[in-house]
Amino acid sequence: MSETQPEVITAMKIRTFGRHIKESLKSLGRNGWMTFASVSAVTVTLLLVGVFVMIMMNLNKVADDLENDVEIKVFVSLDAEEEEIAELEEEISGLDGVESADFSTKEEELTDLVLDFGEELSLFEQSNPLFDVFYVKATEPQQTETVATEIAALEYIEDVEYGEGKIEKLFNFLNAGRNVGLILILALLFTAMFLISNTIRITIVARRTEIEIMKLVGATNWFVRVPFILEGMWLGILGSIIPIGLVVLLYQKITEFAQPRLSGELFQLLEFSPFIYQVSALILAMGVFIGIWGSFMSIRKFLRV
Amino acid sequence: MIQMKNVYKKYPNGIVALNGLNVEIAQGEFVYIVGPSGAGKSTFIKMMYREERPSSGQMLVDGKDIAKLKNRKVPFLRRDIGVVFQDFKLLPRLNVYENVAFALEVIEEKPQIIKERVMEVLDMVGLKHKAKMFPRELSGGEQQRVSIARSIVNTPKIMIADEPTGNLDPDTSWDIMNLFEQINSTGTTIIMATHNREIVNKLRHRVIAIEGGLIVRDAAGGDYGYED
Ligand SMILES: Nc1ncnc2c1ncn2[C@@H]1O[C@H](COP(=O)(O)OP(=O)(O)OP(=O)(O)O)[C@@H](O)[C@H]1O
Ligand SMILES: [Mg+2]
Repeated sequence: MSETQPEVITAMKIRTFGRHIKESLKSLGRNGWMTFASVSAVTVTLLLVGVFVMIMMNLNKVADDLENDVEIKVFVSLDAEEEEIAELEEEISGLDGVESADFSTKEEELTDLVLDFGEELSLFEQSNPLFDVFYVKATEPQQTETVATEIAALEYIEDVEYGEGKIEKLFNFLNAGRNVGLILILALLFTAMFLISNTIRITIVARRTEIEIMKLVGATNWFVRVPFILEGMWLGILGSIIPIGLVVLLYQKITEFAQPRLSGELFQLLEFSPFIYQVSALILAMGVFIGIWGSFMSIRKFLRV
Repeated sequence: MIQMKNVYKKYPNGIVALNGLNVEIAQGEFVYIVGPSGAGKSTFIKMMYREERPSSGQMLVDGKDIAKLKNRKVPFLRRDIGVVFQDFKLLPRLNVYENVAFALEVIEEKPQIIKERVMEVLDMVGLKHKAKMFPRELSGGEQQRVSIARSIVNTPKIMIADEPTGNLDPDTSWDIMNLFEQINSTGTTIIMATHNREIVNKLRHRVIAIEGGLIVRDAAGGDYGYED
């Protein structure tokens, strides 16, 4: 090739790129139904991805919030006198992984209960059925179970409670949900890519002679490839419009509904911004990715030189 | 400028199309490739623009072994070679002008140069006045002239034609041959596979006869030498 000035090359590249864009758009229209089918598949896939990501990220947030609030409730047996309670407090605070241990007498416990559940309970003030309690916090939420077991082994302990496996259940649920969701999404991604690559294949077959001539007169492989890659990309972008719109709208409604009701609670949902913009960017990126990947899958087979 | 050394070609299905072929073709030559059907003529021709690669042996163009050329360099090899086919291979959606311009557009030539060159070659093949017509509106000979115009529009050094007159009646075939002569007279090498006995015998040039993947005859100004 003869040498050309840089600015000339740039001008040529821009013109070429315009041509590629025109070609790819034309072929979207020409493949009408296949375009519609693949865009629909991408739409369904990305919508599910979006909703799934939205749910999983929020469950993670909730789990995080709750984790930070996990306390061990230690019931002190009734025959413990004041000195034994004081000793117990030292022992508990001295354990590995204990961050804090707050003592609360059974009278204080009853007052709390009355505050929470109403005056009817105040008749228990005559003969308080509750225990003195230590509220223990582990340094790391994950250590909660170990710490609880160690405390249970101490003297003058009636019982130990720590959310009774709620945390474990939440984690199990999160993991199961994540796995099921991932499998579902992988299957959908595969379907969408398959449909896209089929659409591109139809384009390629329809333009076989054209490609053959291009290659005979010395078009580079990229020149031949780019319109198909662009077409795949358009399919992906078109397929991400509706999911992004719906996800944004949905999350707006959810946060509008939940935010006031959750204020002051132990856990919060993720803030609308920037979370929903991140999810939207993810959806768009995935759309572009499956579009391009789908077209690559069919181009590879057809354009061997 | 074209040199084959022990070129052997075995297709993936096991058929040996070229069986250790040696030949040399100089710049500016006009060469007919003749031989019975299935002899390996098309395979021979496809070696020159790397449509097919030799299974072994060397395929030299300008001293470079194009069998070893990297895939991404192949397009640049092909810009120096024009190819014409029996079935024309025109794009039905494009008119005559656009079909010829296509060859320059895909190698990203500048618009003014495209315009100039396309009108120039259309004039040469005598189709300037039909530039706006579509392939389906043209006769076979006219379509072949468009495809010849496209193959020479980027001034290749070599022109390769696989049975370019195979689908044309005798008169039209002579028109095409006149064009080839004209192109050859400007210094372009022409390599043409053909079954047309009349043309080979009347318009004398070097004749290479291939049978069973081997050159069985190579004569300057030779005759067709087969009965069909
Ligand atoms: N792509 C291919 N794959 C497998 N075998 C092939 C291929 N192309 C050609 N052949 C075989 O190689 C041999 C030579 O074929 P080729 O096309 O070169 O013959 P030809 O001389 O051009 O014949 P014709 O005069 O009929 O055009 C034939 O036996 C053919 O079947
Ligand atoms: Mg042949």
